[in-house]
Amino acid sequence: MSDHTHDISKHRKIYITVGVILLIGTLCTFALDHFDSINLKKKVGMLVATLAALAIATVKGGFVAGVFMHLSNEKKWVYWVMGITIFCVLGLMGLTLWGMNDIPGQGHQFDLKTGLPK
Amino acid sequence: MHTATHTDVQHGTHEHGHEDIGFWRKYIFSTDHKVIGIQYGITSLAFLFLGFMLMLAMRWQIAKPGEPIPFFGPILAQIFGDVAAKGIISADLYNTFGAMHGTIMVFLAVVPLGFAAFGNYVVPLQIGAPDMAFPRVNMASFWAFFIGCVVMFASFFIPSGAAQFGWTSYSPGATTTPGDGQTYWLVAMILLITSSLLGAVNFIATIIQLRAPGMTWFRLPFFCWAQFVTAFLLLLAFPPLETAGLMQLMDKVLGTSFFLPTGLFVGGNPADISGGGSPLLWQHLFWFLGHPEVYVLILPAIGMVTEILANSTRKPIWGYKSMVYAVLVLGFISFIVWAHHMYLTGMGTKISTFFQATTMIISIPSVVLLTCLFMSLWGGSLRFHTHTLFALAFLPMFGIGGLTGLPLGFNFSDILLHDSYYVIAHFHYVVAPGTIFGLFAGVYYWYPKMTGRKMNETLGRIHFWLSLVFMNLVFMPMFAQGMAGMSRRMSDGGATYAESDGILGLSAATIQSNTAISHAAFALALAQIPFIINFFWSIKKGEKITSDNPWESTTLEWQTPTPPPHGNFEKPIEVFRGPYEYSVPGHPGDFVPQNEPHKKN
Amino acid sequence: MDIPFTTKARPDTGLYNAKLGIWLFLASEVMLFGAFFSAYILLRVGADPGAWAHGLMNVPIGTFNTFVLILSSVTVVMAWAALKAHNYSLYRNCMVITIACALGFLVVKSFEYAEKFRHYEVWMKDGTRMTGHIDYQDGAVKKHAYLWNTKTLSKKKIESIAFTPDAPNEWMPGQYYPPMTKEQLEHVKKHDGKGDHHHEAITIKSADIQRLSAFVPAHSTFFAIYFTMTALHGLHVLGGAIVLSYFLFRGRKMWQADPDHLTNRVEVGGLFWHFVDLVWIFLFPIMYIL
Repeated sequence: MSDHTHDISKHRKIYITVGVILLIGTLCTFALDHFDSINLKKKVGMLVATLAALAIATVKGGFVAGVFMHLSNEKKWVYWVMGITIFCVLGLMGLTLWGMNDIPGQGHQFDLKTGLPK
Repeated sequence: MHTATHTDVQHGTHEHGHEDIGFWRKYIFSTDHKVIGIQYGITSLAFLFLGFMLMLAMRWQIAKPGEPIPFFGPILAQIFGDVAAKGIISADLYNTFGAMHGTIMVFLAVVPLGFAAFGNYVVPLQIGAPDMAFPRVNMASFWAFFIGCVVMFASFFIPSGAAQFGWTSYSPGATTTPGDGQTYWLVAMILLITSSLLGAVNFIATIIQLRAPGMTWFRLPFFCWAQFVTAFLLLLAFPPLETAGLMQLMDKVLGTSFFLPTGLFVGGNPADISGGGSPLLWQHLFWFLGHPEVYVLILPAIGMVTEILANSTRKPIWGYKSMVYAVLVLGFISFIVWAHHMYLTGMGTKISTFFQATTMIISIPSVVLLTCLFMSLWGGSLRFHTHTLFALAFLPMFGIGGLTGLPLGFNFSDILLHDSYYVIAHFHYVVAPGTIFGLFAGVYYWYPKMTGRKMNETLGRIHFWLSLVFMNLVFMPMFAQGMAGMSRRMSDGGATYAESDGILGLSAATIQSNTAISHAAFALALAQIPFIINFFWSIKKGEKITSDNPWESTTLEWQTPTPPPHGNFEKPIEVFRGPYEYSVPGHPGDFVPQNEPHKKN
Repeated sequence: MDIPFTTKARPDTGLYNAKLGIWLFLASEVMLFGAFFSAYILLRVGADPGAWAHGLMNVPIGTFNTFVLILSSVTVVMAWAALKAHNYSLYRNCMVITIACALGFLVVKSFEYAEKFRHYEVWMKDGTRMTGHIDYQDGAVKKHAYLWNTKTLSKKKIESIAFTPDAPNEWMPGQYYPPMTKEQLEHVKKHDGKGDHHHEAITIKSADIQRLSAFVPAHSTFFAIYFTMTALHGLHVLGGAIVLSYFLFRGRKMWQADPDHLTNRVEVGGLFWHFVDLVWIFLFPIMYIL
């Protein structure tokens, strides 16, 4: 664990800066829904709004985890855990999409006696 | 060496604030891992007994449907009222007993005994630590468990009875069954899961942080590795069940529709719900825990068996490193096999093939573990204590259990075997003559360390041989019953289908074997009496041990006074060698404890 | 023997015990909330058309709550930094703000919940649906109805309700009962339905009502998952606030006994607090915006 006893005031500035960044991020998310003139949700459709909202949330979460929870000091852990997580998410989502429409009784039908496609 | 009693305190000059903390802080609200381990042990053994009794009542009903139970029948009628009228187990009560037998055995008996009881007692000793990393969290963990047990037990006595929709509690059935039994089940589960999560955090932190100097990862006894992986499984797999439990509780209490689909009819009337939920969601969340849970059931037992075999054969474990890698891989893969419990939910071949593949792959590390244990016997000089017998029997029993899992893991053969007696036979083989034999072995093995006396060998042998014979007589015929098409959870043992001999394929002979199985089950019950007598009698009258290390073991828990004092080791301990230095060539003795320094030339 | 590495880090892992412990606990919490988020996705994708409530959440209040939690996150890490710099009074002030923010969050949440419990959806037997508020006379006083549902109407033997409808909702067809004039409809649309009593009440006969439900968990799977997740999150906020309060009120004693120990505990408590904030950072857009 790195030693924080010196340059605490520098760290305090960083925390406040990140806090402000988070507040700005929140306002962006709010904007996605609220202001009629830039009501992105209605203009660009749900998919883009979803991706934008989740992207902003991920960035905000990244700041909280990286700065407030000191994870930016533990790079090896971050790479391994995030790597495994992303691998698992992609794998499981991929599996879901691949197998989603595979319903028994649809698709090719096989003759039970001969085993050949009907 | 010393055979200290509980009140005898061994401390050198080190002052540890060891004034008398009073009876309550010492034995009831203790933060000492050994006391907590024993508390878990007593509670889980009591529930093991209760779960066993439930099974006996069920087996009576299966063999003799509609006949009142002798002697216990009136007692049941008193406790349960209408559902046990005249001492006959009604279908509802059978379902209740079935659901609670499963729940109690898995969550209140086997896991707490294997993981929490033995783990808490032995792991800190084996790694050379003074206690667990978070003693007060440990105590909180036990009391959360205990209160969960009380709630689960109390559910039997509410007017509507305990949960009755299987230990798997599938929605919408479990939600729409009238009465509060399921609600109690859910509340109890949430408490038990919380307890397990806290325990898991404790174990992992302890094994990582509190290993004594010199205790490197590959000098850890395999039991600690098994507990380490088990703790990770509990940590990461239980929360989805907690989620599902909370959601089902909301369904029951607040009328939500998490698991209730649109258009649901209950008792012929449309249900007064919003609909839109998914029964499959429950199944996925349940089995996401459910599969790692079965590895939680088996791994502590495999760990114990490993320790005992190394000790009883007087030689190191063959392939220790392979076993470590195998158990780590097993833990990881156990998270991606869960849907093999769901082959019949209408999943397409793409997904079922994926889960079939991972299920086949997970058998590889299991086989590695079992093979290494078998190979460890080769060239060994076996000392046949009772614990040795149980550990040896574990191997083929677990082998049968594991091999019979293969037809269940394939999606096509599972179509026939799903929810049949084959499944019951398979998982009971792994848990009953498998894990429970491992746990019995652990009891006989570590009893002297906890009490200062050995259990009686004669009674132990009787217990072993009778249990082995009758376990097999109970469960082996069930494979045939399952393959013949007999469904599980039938409250009359399939008597309704007796007329269908030759027509529906369920032969009368299959159903008649119920009687033989039930007789074997009653005999199995009698076979436990020597154990129960032995367990209690030996506390005061067992053969006193003459050394702190009666089995001449290398691991650290045997290098302490008996029983170990608060703080475990009188002075800081250092480890110099691996865990299984038995019959080391050139060494004068036949074993070298882990903490014995290397001689300078 | 004392338990080692309670304050000093173990050399090979670089961690002290409680830090490892809290990260492990957070891993299990990730699985817990992750399961909920997965359930959300599954329920939303599988929802019947017109059954997934949109636009009923009060986004400004939700945004305010987000600001409050973010502020508390900043102050809790500042509190830890203050202890590291041996500045106890700054620590104390930051902790007070953190706990105040936590309690503020919960108070706002409870107002939100209460607002939902007096906001209704009614399904008529002829297929129309409306959202709005219900008032009733309690003696001389006009009161909001809370937590009524279809069963309440028969239990309390209510023959008709005074219903103040909202503007058409984006997620369901906006037919009104009884049919409104064009002026009435314009008036309703202008006030957008957010808030009470922007327009006149209409009378609905109980006999014509198929289903009446407040926006409670039983209303639909959206509200089921919304209330479950935010309530669980709220419990975590409460739990965290209790723990942080303990560090605030016993702080002076702990600081004097072993300053490093208190610093580590505040760090560990802060890590939990940041996790709770993280969950809200994802909950807010998912529940309120999308």
